[in-house]
Amino acid sequence: MNMVQALNSALDVKLAHDPDMLIFGEDVGYFGGVFRVTDGLQKKHGLKRCFDAPIAEGGIIAAAIGMGAYGLRPVPEIQFADYILPAYDQLVSEAARLRYRSGGEFWAPITVRSPYGGGIFGGQTHSQSPEAIFAHITGLKTVIPSTPYDAKGLLIASIEDDDPVIFLEPKRLYNGPFDGRHDQAVKSWAGHPAAEVPEGHYTVPLGKAAVVRSGEAVTVLAYGTMVHVALAGIEDSGIDAELIDLRSIVPLDIDTIVASVKKTGRCVIVHEASRYGGFGGELSALVQERCFFELEAPIGRVAGYDTPYPHAFEWDYFPGPGRVAAALRQVMDGQ
Amino acid sequence: MEPSLPNRARLSLHIPEPPGRPGDLPDFTTLRLSAAGEVDRPPMDASEPSMRELPYRLIRVLDDGGAAVGPWNPHLPVETLVHGLRAMMLTRAFDDRLFRAHRQGKTSFYMKSTGEEAIGAAQSLVLGAGDMCFPTYRVLSWLMARDYPLVELCNQIFSNARDPLKGRQLPILYSARDYGFYSLSGNVGSRFGHAVGWAMASAYRGDDKIALAYIGEGTTAEGDFHEALTFASVYRAPAVLCVTNNQWAISSFSGIAGGQETTFAAKALAYGIPGLRVDGNDFLAIWAATAWAAERARSNLGSTLIELFTYRASGHSTSDDPTKYRPSDEPAHWPLGDPVERLKQHLVALGAWSDDRHEALALELDAAVRAAVREAEQVGTLGKSKPDLREMFEGVFKEPDWRLVEQRRELGL
Ligand SMILES: Cc1ncc(C[n+]2csc(CCOP(=O)(O)OP(=O)(O)O)c2C)c(N)n1
Repeated sequence: MNMVQALNSALDVKLAHDPDMLIFGEDVGYFGGVFRVTDGLQKKHGLKRCFDAPIAEGGIIAAAIGMGAYGLRPVPEIQFADYILPAYDQLVSEAARLRYRSGGEFWAPITVRSPYGGGIFGGQTHSQSPEAIFAHITGLKTVIPSTPYDAKGLLIASIEDDDPVIFLEPKRLYNGPFDGRHDQAVKSWAGHPAAEVPEGHYTVPLGKAAVVRSGEAVTVLAYGTMVHVALAGIEDSGIDAELIDLRSIVPLDIDTIVASVKKTGRCVIVHEASRYGGFGGELSALVQERCFFELEAPIGRVAGYDTPYPHAFEWDYFPGPGRVAAALRQVMDGQ
Repeated sequence: MEPSLPNRARLSLHIPEPPGRPGDLPDFTTLRLSAAGEVDRPPMDASEPSMRELPYRLIRVLDDGGAAVGPWNPHLPVETLVHGLRAMMLTRAFDDRLFRAHRQGKTSFYMKSTGEEAIGAAQSLVLGAGDMCFPTYRVLSWLMARDYPLVELCNQIFSNARDPLKGRQLPILYSARDYGFYSLSGNVGSRFGHAVGWAMASAYRGDDKIALAYIGEGTTAEGDFHEALTFASVYRAPAVLCVTNNQWAISSFSGIAGGQETTFAAKALAYGIPGLRVDGNDFLAIWAATAWAAERARSNLGSTLIELFTYRASGHSTSDDPTKYRPSDEPAHWPLGDPVERLKQHLVALGAWSDDRHEALALELDAAVRAAVREAEQVGTLGKSKPDLREMFEGVFKEPDWRLVEQRRELGL
């Protein structure tokens, strides 16, 4: 399966086995979503289980919170993560705090799915990576898969979680892995080991990172599309790096990160979102606090630049394997 | 450079202003009021297009003499009327006492609902135990009508060791699930859409519960209001959506939210749902309109928007001085009177109540409030007592993650 099919399969499994789970969002019903993730679900499970919503992101999340408080497990879709901002108040002031402020009387077990990230020539408003603005909000979980297998297992785990989850889908990975080499032929998931996705129910637990490649020289932390870019950068550099796919940034698998950096003594962080105030800053602080005496070089950061996402300059902005390799060389050589 | 000479009259920006400011005489002559009993009561399943005049009228039952008149008279038994009156009087007694507690430094904040007590009291009694209200901070009478323990309210207001919300929430932003009272947040309007989602969920499950939501007239300007109405209309959510028009949003009069151009009930028209405009100081009218809308919701006919036309007789909150922006005697001139006095007058007219009984009840309720405050004070007021500090880290997630565990340990807990 590709990632779209894997996500579709996760939703299909949940719709089939949990009558309290339902899907709604802009264009997700009859049409099956602009990225086809909900394709066929309305036909198979009925109008009530998967339906279209008005173009009102705040209204979509507000309704989902009310449904969650009632006892359902709504899985709303926000068509692009760039358009989550009209719903930000609902996510921050309401979903994230409902359990806390009500002393446990109400909570919002919602999973907000949204395609995010660049690499598709989407311009400023179809390319952003807003994960850091969610990670900063206590009470929200933020999950970002990098493979079809993880996408399905993490989505099912998110839906079954009783806390509100922001599930960001790297849309550049929907139909195939992408290592940042945009001038080469588009690859498909076919033949990739992580594209072997079981049909039925399984979960990948939230807060458990994956060691994608083990190595001794330096630890690379990445998530989403950047896992593939980082892997390509590591190969280009010829450096024996350990690559960790965080899978979720809240909850964060701090133990795996710390164990790896203590072993390698070096760390490079890679994300698509712009650098300043990005989640890389938090990762860097955590590594510094916990691994300072084992560190042999300053922590490296590879990220988008601090500009709005620029259309014509996409490939200058989007971190590619070359920038990852350069960062790896720098932390190895101290150059 | 000189702008090119306009060939039409110059435009001018309109900034709405209320009819009176401090020092002026109160002026309510522009209000669109109807006489008690004057407005028709359509059948609950009447078609929406046949009801499009309703939002421009004012549904009233109690006339100036305290008689219940007209087609909206709900013909309530005396016990129900007394129950409602008691809840309203208790709310007022509680508001007065806790407002004073704020002045004495026992809490950080308080908000009164003076003049608006009929709304929560009547609606709380109309709705069923399984229904859910999505409140604002001015519907304490909902809880009073359902006999929520006074001491618990005080404990919440004092954020003390027995605070049912465990010291995590601003005073008066209660949550009381068992009393059909959803958790309040400080962002006005943000729960209006939750009510619609909750109602949709009930319909999705094939349940029989309905939702009731409140929003202040000032807050109808928020997108939340319009998004919620779109959802309510599109999915025919079984919800009763209420605008409490108390004329003021802190210092801004209702015209700043668009109330000069149309009525808030008429906002329903564009969504294709019925809009009722109701005398919000008339316990019987509120009861009747709510029962009508609730029955519509229960019959799968969808949502109704109800504007409850009332007046915020006191300040916005403990931090507000209304004499700075409106005539100081404006509350006394509100043409729809005081909800407590009007219901009392009705009961007296029925021969079921008297000044003496009223006086006695007021004393009894004041004593009950004092006793509750005293009991809560013994547990502690703000800063003198608080829940176990461990509670600060609980409930962020269902299970705390490592950050919360580590940070709790940092405090030696
Ligand atoms: C989203 C948001 N904006 C602003 C405020 C500050 N604020 C608190 S109450 C209030 C006025 C609300 O007026 P209205 O809706 O008419 O309700 P009322 O207080 O009159 O009952 C404002 C502006 C807030 N709490 N939340």
